[in-house]
Amino acid sequence: MAGETRVAKAITPKSLSYAQGMPRHHLALFAAFLTIAVLAPFFLYPVFVMKVLCFALFACAFNLLLGFGGLLSFGHAAYFGSASYIAAHSAKVWGLTPELSILAGTVVAAFLGLIFGYLSIRRQGIYFAMVTLAFAQMVYFFALQAEFTGGEDGIQAVPRGELFGFISLEADRAIYWLVLAIVFFGILFLYRIVHSPFGQVLKAIRENEPRAVSLGYQVNRYKLATFVISATFAGLAGGTKALVFQLASLTDVHWAMSGEVVLMTLLGGMGTIFGPIVGATVIITMQNYLATFGAWVTIIQGVIFVIGVLAFREGIIGVLSRKIKKPL
Amino acid sequence: MAADAILTAVGLTKEFKGFVAVDDVNLSVERGSIHALIGPNGAGKTTCFNLLTKFLQPTRGKITYKGDDITSMASADIARLGLVRSFQISAVFPHFTALENVRIALQRKRGDSYDFWRSQTVLNQYNDRAAELLADVGLTEFAEVQAAELPYGRKRALEIATTLALDPEMLLLDEPMAGMAEADVERITALIKRIAANRTILMVEHNLSVVANLSNRITVLARGKVLAEGPYEEVSKDPRVIEAYIGAGHG
Ligand SMILES: Nc1ncnc2c1ncn2[C@@H]1O[C@H](COP(=O)(O)OP(=O)(O)OP(=O)(O)O)[C@@H](O)[C@H]1O
Ligand SMILES: [Mg+2]
Repeated sequence: MAGETRVAKAITPKSLSYAQGMPRHHLALFAAFLTIAVLAPFFLYPVFVMKVLCFALFACAFNLLLGFGGLLSFGHAAYFGSASYIAAHSAKVWGLTPELSILAGTVVAAFLGLIFGYLSIRRQGIYFAMVTLAFAQMVYFFALQAEFTGGEDGIQAVPRGELFGFISLEADRAIYWLVLAIVFFGILFLYRIVHSPFGQVLKAIRENEPRAVSLGYQVNRYKLATFVISATFAGLAGGTKALVFQLASLTDVHWAMSGEVVLMTLLGGMGTIFGPIVGATVIITMQNYLATFGAWVTIIQGVIFVIGVLAFREGIIGVLSRKIKKPL
Repeated sequence: MAADAILTAVGLTKEFKGFVAVDDVNLSVERGSIHALIGPNGAGKTTCFNLLTKFLQPTRGKITYKGDDITSMASADIARLGLVRSFQISAVFPHFTALENVRIALQRKRGDSYDFWRSQTVLNQYNDRAAELLADVGLTEFAEVQAAELPYGRKRALEIATTLALDPEMLLLDEPMAGMAEADVERITALIKRIAANRTILMVEHNLSVVANLSNRITVLARGKVLAEGPYEEVSKDPRVIEAYIGAGHG
């Protein structure tokens, strides 16, 4: 039978070896990520590394929606930014501990995700992107007008406070470990979602939506759940970022922020596990070293992005994954 | 009208921008029967399926399933009532293995599909049942092959296995045997006969010997309208049916 030779050739889950419930090479890559992240602050400026980490989590959250839910949101700054403002306000004005401030920001992002997601999920393709952008612009104008957000100045000098009320996080080296823990477990949790019964349905919907419907899957519910989870983790990233920089500002809710996370995800490889982490690292590093070029950063970034996407259609990790014939 | 109808359509109509694809169709499928829907290309058979399962919204008409009006229900909810369709263009999850394709249906039935915090290894509990279903359609040796890699006829078989995984009370099969090798046609015919023992089946099929062999009742559709209805012997002698087929170049 013609099919027999194909059995050996096809890449199947059984051809990968598993450990701790994940393919061994994923386990190795997570271990490598953790090792690098633990060592990085001893060699690099910790705030820079924390920025990379926060954006890696943001991009991973975004990737859940785009790469696995098949939905291109152009308004994810709304969740990142609103959580940033709420966390900053909670820490500075209400004097909440850092973990509660971040939690407050995350909860608000989740709630916004539920409302905006519910209202946009029925739209398809470009219309979906436009509706999400419209909602994000509403959040932007709210941030611009409202009292507590501090308008153009944003919320500055946010105290990092004391974790659980007694571990001071004022030093960069101290808050670093909290940030690393949040990001690492956040990304692991997103990984688990992708590799759960729920994630399997999500992939089925992405693969063939009408067929999933015909099997009785109420696809809009899955999409909404995905949207909310994605907004929640975008919020977790945003709230954490506010404490790292001790600042929440209009940049966090600006549409350019929504664009940046799309860029990171596409450059790294949407629908891959490690792509968004790589994408975020590349973009943030680039911004950091190109900062001296001022306004040109955006243009240089645009050019690099276009070249990147033309050279690696599936993103850096997407191409790599195809080369080694293993999901990354 | 059949005495014990499981699925009925009354005055079912679908217009596409002035073009009437399905025109005032009345259909009644008897519980436990194998009912065939035949007709020349473009007669509106697939459109009928799309209407009955609400993948398309009817312009007019009423659909009832087990006595309930399902005309305004969503497709997924209709499937959850046990009325499950397959597609004319083979519908598989291309990057899933054959086993995973069947599992996704089994998983829906058991209802742990919102569990986003559990490892997907819990899905291994469905492997045995999935393997049985694959065996039923002759796909055992292809269990670990990605669906996209399967030859066309095997994809059709996989789609049937996936549909059967839901253990539906009623199946709508749109040309389930199109593109299959002769041996597979026989296997699937036997399978359909077997599963029909406690189910109702409405199927579109061009292979008239399969239709003659399987179906209790036939509805002939031409240009969106019901041309004739009855058992095979009756319908096949109907001059209007013969003409519709010859007219459409079917000989
Ligand atoms: N979405 C649509 N928009 C416009 N016209 C359509 C649409 N879907 C189907 N049609 C038209 O309706 C008619 C019936 O199509 P349908 O697919 O139901 O035929 P069929 O009986 O299944 O044919 P076949 O045997 O070739 O599968 C065709 O003329 C087709 O072009
Ligand atoms: Mg058809």
